[in-house]
Amino acid sequence: MSALPLVALVGNPNAGKSALFNALTGARQKLGNYPGVTVERKAGRLSLSDGRPVELVDLPGTYSLNPNSPDEQVTRDFVLGKQTGERLPDALVIVVDASNLDNHLRFALELIALGLPTVVALNMVDLATRDGLELDANVLARELGVPVIPTVAVRKRGLDHLKGKLGTILDAGDAPVALRPSTPAQDFEAMRANARRIARAAIVRETPSRRLTAAVDRVALHPLFGLILLLGLLFVMFQAVFSWAAPPADMLEGWVTALGEAVTALLPPGILHDFLLQGVVGGVGAVIVFLPQILILFFFILMLEATGYMARAAFMMDGLMARVGLSGRAFIPLLSSFACAVPGIMATRTISDPKDRLTTILIAPLMTCSARLPVYGLIIAAFIPARTVAGGIGLQGLVLFLLYVAGIIGAMLAAWALRLTVAKGTSSGFLMEMPKYQWPRPQDILIGLWQRAVIFLKRAGTIILATNVVLWVLASFPQAPEGVKQSEYSIAGRIAGGINVLVEPIGFNRDISLALLPTMAAREVAVSAIATVYAIDAGDDEDALNRTLGDRLAGRWSLATALAFLAWFVFAPQCISTIAVTRRETNGWKWPMFMVGYLFVLAYVAAGVTYWTATAVGL
Amino acid sequence: MRLIDLPLRQPAYVDMIDWSAITPSEGQRLREFGLCEGASVEVLHHGGLLGRGPVACKVGRMTIAMRRILAAAVTVRTGAALEPDA
Repeated sequence: MSALPLVALVGNPNAGKSALFNALTGARQKLGNYPGVTVERKAGRLSLSDGRPVELVDLPGTYSLNPNSPDEQVTRDFVLGKQTGERLPDALVIVVDASNLDNHLRFALELIALGLPTVVALNMVDLATRDGLELDANVLARELGVPVIPTVAVRKRGLDHLKGKLGTILDAGDAPVALRPSTPAQDFEAMRANARRIARAAIVRETPSRRLTAAVDRVALHPLFGLILLLGLLFVMFQAVFSWAAPPADMLEGWVTALGEAVTALLPPGILHDFLLQGVVGGVGAVIVFLPQILILFFFILMLEATGYMARAAFMMDGLMARVGLSGRAFIPLLSSFACAVPGIMATRTISDPKDRLTTILIAPLMTCSARLPVYGLIIAAFIPARTVAGGIGLQGLVLFLLYVAGIIGAMLAAWALRLTVAKGTSSGFLMEMPKYQWPRPQDILIGLWQRAVIFLKRAGTIILATNVVLWVLASFPQAPEGVKQSEYSIAGRIAGGINVLVEPIGFNRDISLALLPTMAAREVAVSAIATVYAIDAGDDEDALNRTLGDRLAGRWSLATALAFLAWFVFAPQCISTIAVTRRETNGWKWPMFMVGYLFVLAYVAAGVTYWTATAVGL
Repeated sequence: MRLIDLPLRQPAYVDMIDWSAITPSEGQRLREFGLCEGASVEVLHHGGLLGRGPVACKVGRMTIAMRRILAAAVTVRTGAALEPDA
C-alpha cells in the first residue's frame, strides 16, 4: 500500500466525516490499530476520477490540534507526520459542517496553515439549507485559499467533484498552491475571529436555526420524558434482540443441523466423524446461531450513534454518573460495551481525565457484552417459560432486561467503590457537543453491521473453534470404560472435578465446572463447550442427539443452578481479549489483574447469593 | 448573572468567564466550542430530575452540554451579543 498517495480525512466531530469516508470508499475498508495505541485506524481505497487509487484514512474527529484525549493525539500526530509507522499524508481533505461554519472553520484554518495540499469538503449542505442557511462556496474558497467542494455525503452529492479536485491537488504535489496566501501561525483568538469573519462573508442568507433538533431535544433532554424515552429505547432494544432474532436464528439452526446430517451421511462412524460432528459442527454451530441477536444489538447501537442520540443519552445519564464519580461521557463507551467490551474499552480514549478513564475501563466488562447473549439466550430459553406477562411483554425478554440491569447496577456500585479507593480523585467534568439529529444512510449502518458480522464469524472460526477442538480432545480421551460417563472419565472431566470442589457451594454442577475454564477464551464457548460435552456423552444415541441443547439442560439442571449460572455470568469471566486490551490501555499487568480478581469475587458472591436464595424459597 | 441562573431560551451573551474556576483542558474545550467572552448564548435545557444534571446551551449554532459547576463560572448579560453572531 505504501506506493499509494496517502490522504487523510480530518475535521471536527459530527462533521459527517465517517459518512463521507463510507461514501468515498464503499465497503473497501480496512480496520486496524495504530501501532502502540488502540485507537482504531480506518483506512480505505478510493479511486480518483481518472482511476488512480489513493489510500484514504479516516482520522478521529477533534476540535483543534491541541489534543485533549488520546484519540485526538493520533489525529494531531498523523497530520504532522509524527504518528509512529505512518508517513506524512500527501494531502488533506478537511470536512466542515456547512451549518456550523464559525466553529469548524477555525480548525480548518489551523489545518490549512500546515501547508499540505488541501481540499475542503463543505459537508451536509442539505442540512444547512434545512436550517435556513445559504452559503457561497466560492467566497469560502477565495477566503481560505484552498478549493471548497459542497458535498452531501449521505446522498453521494459532490463526490465526483471532490475526487476530481483531490486528483488536481495531488498532481500539484508539494508545489505551493498558488491560490493560498501566506498564512503565518496565528494564535487561537486570531483564528477564531478570522473564522467568524470568513463565515459571515460566506453566508448569503440565514434564518433562525435548528428547528428539528430543537423540537426533538425538548423531549429527548427533558428531565422526565427524556428519561422515559431512554429507558424505553433500551427496553425495546432488548425485547427486539429476542423477538426479531427468532426466525433467522431458526434458519441458521436448520443449516447447522443439515450440516451435521451431511457429516453423518458422508463419513463412516469413527473418530473423524465424531470430531467433526461433536467438536466442530456441534460446538461452533451452537455459537453461530446467535449471530442474528448480536447483529440486532449492534444495529441499535449503530443507530443510536449515527442519529446523534447517543450524546443525549450521555446528557441524561450524567446526573446519575456524577453520583458514582463518573461523567456522562463514560456512558458512551459503557453502552458500546453492551456489544463488546473491547471496542468499549478502546472508546474510553475519548475521556480526558485519567482516573475517570481507568474507572470506566475497570467497569466496562460489567456491561453485558454480546458474547454473553448466547449464554443468556440458552439458559433463558431452557428455563424461563415463553409466556407474556402484563401488557404483552415477553417474560424471556423481561428476564434478559433484568440481567442487563443487574450488570449496570453492579457497574455503578463498582465505580462508586473504585472512585473512593483505587481511582480516588476529583470528580471529572462533563462537557460535550450535542450534535444535530440526522437520519443515517442505510449503507452506513449496513457497513457497520457487516464489519461486526465478519469479526464475530472470524472469532467463531478461530478462537472459538480452536478452544472447542482442544476441549473435544480433552473430553474424548481417555475413552471411558463401559458404564462410566465419558464426560467424567476424560481429562477434561477430571479437571472439571477439581474445579467443581470450588464451585459446588454456589450450586454449580460438573457441566458448568467443565465449561468455566474454556469460557476464558471467549464467553460464547460456555454454550459450545456444554454442547460438545453433551454430544460426546450422547455418543450414537440418536434420540439424545436430536434433542435441542436447551431441552437437555432443562432435564439436567435445577432452576436454582441455572439462575446461579446466569448471576455468575453477569459479573464473571472476562475473556482474554478484554484482559489483553486492558493491559494495553493501562500499560501494565496491575490493572488487568485487579480487574480479574474483583470480578471473580463479585461473580462468586452473586452466584452464591442467587443459589442460596433460590434454594431457600424452594426453586 | 450566572449562566445557570439564566431563564430558559432567554438570549444573552457572555460577559466574563472565571477561567480560574475551570481546569485548563475544560477551558480549552470551551474556547473550541466558541464559548468565550462576547459569544451569544442561550440556555435550552436543565438535565436531571432533581435539578442536579448538566445544562444544555446554544452557543452560536452549536448545542453544548456542561456541568452546572462550569455554567456557574460563566457570567452573562441578557440581550444581543456584542459580536454579530448566529
